[in-house]
Amino acid sequence: MAIKSTAQSKLIYTILAWTISGMIFFPIFWTFLTSFKTEAEAIASNPSLFAFDWTLQNYSDVLSRSPYFMHFWNSVVISIGSSLIGLLIAIPAAWSMAFVQTQRTKNVLMWMLSTKMLPPVGVLIPIYLLYRDFALLDTKLGLVIIMTMINLPIMVWMLYTYFREIPNEILEASRMDGATIGEEIFHVLLPIALPGIASTLLLNVILSWNEAFWTLILTAANAAPLTAFIASYSSPEGLFYAKLSAASAMAIVPILILGWFSQKQLVRGLSFGAVK
Amino acid sequence: MKTKLLTLACCLMSLNAFSKETITIATVNNGDMITMKELSSDFEAKNPDIELKWVTLEENILRQRVTTDVATKGGQYDVMTIGTYEVPIWGKQSWLKELNNLGENYDVDDILPAIRSGLTVDNKLYAAPFYGESSMVMYRKDLMEKAGLTMPKAPSWDFIKTAAKAMNDKKAGVSGICLRGKAGWGENVALITAMSNSFGARWFDENWKPQFNTPQWKATLQYYVDIMKEYGPAGSSANGFNENLALFQTGKCGIWIDATVAGAFVTNIVDSDVADKVGFALAPDNNLGKRGNWLWSWTLAVPASSKKSESAMKFISWATSKDYTQLVAKQKGWAKVPPGTRTSLYKNSNYMESAPFAQITLESIESADPKNPTVQPVPYVGMQFVAIPEFQGIGTAVGQQFSAALAGQMTVDQALQSSQRLVERAMRKARYPK
Repeated sequence: MAIKSTAQSKLIYTILAWTISGMIFFPIFWTFLTSFKTEAEAIASNPSLFAFDWTLQNYSDVLSRSPYFMHFWNSVVISIGSSLIGLLIAIPAAWSMAFVQTQRTKNVLMWMLSTKMLPPVGVLIPIYLLYRDFALLDTKLGLVIIMTMINLPIMVWMLYTYFREIPNEILEASRMDGATIGEEIFHVLLPIALPGIASTLLLNVILSWNEAFWTLILTAANAAPLTAFIASYSSPEGLFYAKLSAASAMAIVPILILGWFSQKQLVRGLSFGAVK
Repeated sequence: MKTKLLTLACCLMSLNAFSKETITIATVNNGDMITMKELSSDFEAKNPDIELKWVTLEENILRQRVTTDVATKGGQYDVMTIGTYEVPIWGKQSWLKELNNLGENYDVDDILPAIRSGLTVDNKLYAAPFYGESSMVMYRKDLMEKAGLTMPKAPSWDFIKTAAKAMNDKKAGVSGICLRGKAGWGENVALITAMSNSFGARWFDENWKPQFNTPQWKATLQYYVDIMKEYGPAGSSANGFNENLALFQTGKCGIWIDATVAGAFVTNIVDSDVADKVGFALAPDNNLGKRGNWLWSWTLAVPASSKKSESAMKFISWATSKDYTQLVAKQKGWAKVPPGTRTSLYKNSNYMESAPFAQITLESIESADPKNPTVQPVPYVGMQFVAIPEFQGIGTAVGQQFSAALAGQMTVDQALQSSQRLVERAMRKARYPK
């Protein structure tokens, strides 16, 4: 009886998981399908799932109309650059908060997180003026800096959570053996916390890749990443859904591939310390 | 010797590359702008010392970005695509450069007077129109014939209701009428404000007092909500220009009242299922002397912060010239020529023959008077908007009330009361009258 009940609940959970996954994946799937349709088929009131004239014309149009590879390269530099720099700052910060706690550590952590509660548009004008004066507008360096600043609180929080799971005794033992702080972090802490660090890095690459407020406001023709590339295919007067879908597909494919290959690390890191 | 010559050639080439001035153009992804970008190699060939860089964005993102840039003198753009709403406000603030160097052959007097006046502040032209539009009635001739009706050239709102009722066929999936319902100052507010002019309503009286509590506004909104609920498509409170265009092109609407620029889309045989069945008429009226049409143009302007204004004006002169019209006609055909900016275009028989909506477009634009948009006097300029900086905010807030009324979330009276309150509050805060 118990075995039957377990099998039943397993089946229900499986169906539920597939249904939710399907619901999440459907818009992406539909975007991909639409990207292979003509503009007329893209707006058809009774759209067909597969029975339409498949075309690569939208991809060809998008590639000829926009410098896709420039936008792609900008996205790579901005997302990876900001995540790596963020990690360099966040690791020592999280180490000190996890292992050298003071009375104010919790307050500092909350304060860092509170910066994420402010709507970005609230600081738009001061940031814009600073960027103008420091000649950072429409530069990749400017975008790397702002992305690092935006994601730093999340990185510190994530790493702090992972580091807290590591027994202090291990670090104390290394200190007893005469390790310096640098050696303690690089040779003891980092190898143990590698899954957490990898998932922090990956998550921040994804967040930076998808960020679409600052990347649109602070760029023009030179540093615009793929978010600006997608936005350029939205039209107030004209139906370009198929081309917009092709542009979206081209923008999300790289990050989907990255997510696919790194899913093991990502899941391992995100569930790190979840079960004690 | 060969090596020396090669070195000299390389030096000259690199010198040429360094001497090029790059101008950055911010624009929207509308069909006419895409054509402009495609044909811009012609400009670069004629001006080898100028290189063009394009930033194409969705309308609202573009508006946010160029507004931030122009207000902070960021200097990211040399040519901006802005609308008739921004030009008078930005011109007054000295955020734009006067277009006083468009070349001898530009023929500024050829620009349609209604369009030109909207881009002129203190007798100075601050933007050049790239394409202009009013609004008009687009209808299915076959369905009208089936209903035994004939659309007059200048219909009344009463006739529109009769025709919508006659063409409405829910079983066949055809709605009698499609109108904008999506909330936004450039979406449902544009349509309903233009409509309200023909009902004798106005946003403000001469002392900037909001007027949503008047019978004229009640009549406007009641008509709009009633006709849409009875003969409009399902979920119409989410429909904007593009959604209605999709519905009309696929044969799901009997009547569509919207921008004249849609004429080229609905008669395009590649994308429209009803291309050969579309008729055009002037925007409706209520026999009060004003029609429910609007006036808008997408224009090219040079921000005051641009350091390359000479090259920027050269580009604007090229993109809005008569020669550009000829270039588009030659490369893409007359139907693809940007409409609604130059008188000479409407005297061109080739264009008039290939664009069945051209005459109605011209008459709609010519009849528009943004300085006297409605029956009673007003202190503002604008037919589907009020050209004050606060309008983007209050327009969208009012649009949300109208959209809620259409969706049945509130009554017409509640929507108007709420609009009155929020506009009064906003105007008090902004210290009107100024």
